Amino acid sequence: MSGFRLADAAIDVHAGLRALDDPGSGACVTFEGRVRDRNEGRGVLRLDYQAYPALAEAEGAAVVAEALVRFEIRAATAVHRVGALAVGDLAVWVGVSAGHRDAAFAACRWIIDEVKRRVPIWKNEHYVDGESGWLHPDNSPVGARE
Amino acid sequence: MRYRLLYFASLADLAGRSSEDVQSTAADPAALYAELAECHGFTFAPTRLRVAVNGAFTDWSHRLADGDEVVFIPPVSGG
Repeated sequence: MSGFRLADAAIDVHAGLRALDDPGSGACVTFEGRVRDRNEGRGVLRLDYQAYPALAEAEGAAVVAEALVRFEIRAATAVHRVGALAVGDLAVWVGVSAGHRDAAFAACRWIIDEVKRRVPIWKNEHYVDGESGWLHPDNSPVGARE
Repeated sequence: MRYRLLYFASLADLAGRSSEDVQSTAADPAALYAELAECHGFTFAPTRLRVAVNGAFTDWSHRLADGDEVVFIPPVSGG
């Protein structure tokens, strides 16, 4: 079973893995993105993720659908948290199953890169010094496609 | 025409709200963003934003219709 979803509570990794169960898959690669305690040299206490839900789910689903065409994989799923997260919390999870490992590794990497680049989700970091701020990386031009 | 605006991240902070209904003569997102940037003090150049109408990405010259939901999408930072 493949797809993308937003989660407003802890991501159930075991459910994600079960969705990739497939006797034809000899490889399963997963990626866990976790909240780090530092960014650009500043101490991070916690962060909030905000999404534009309708478009985030549509764009995330498009990323997964494109991966299924682009790579020799059998299933792919991605889940991204929204809401308040603490350091160490699981923020994003990607899982890919494939007949062989090369495609599974490549697709997993491609999916997380595309999710970070395209899906309308924003991170508000709360720093140790009491400041906070939305991250808007300058990946200009914003609308660029490969 | 009347448009429904949704704001996210720093644009929501600048606008002081997450949504609003506006009356405007702007016929496309480019003109509408120029009006709203003036009103709310948005500093992003349009080249750094993407635009979505009714839940789908579109371009800045998309012809808007009465009642459209318009969202200006600042650079994303998920993951």
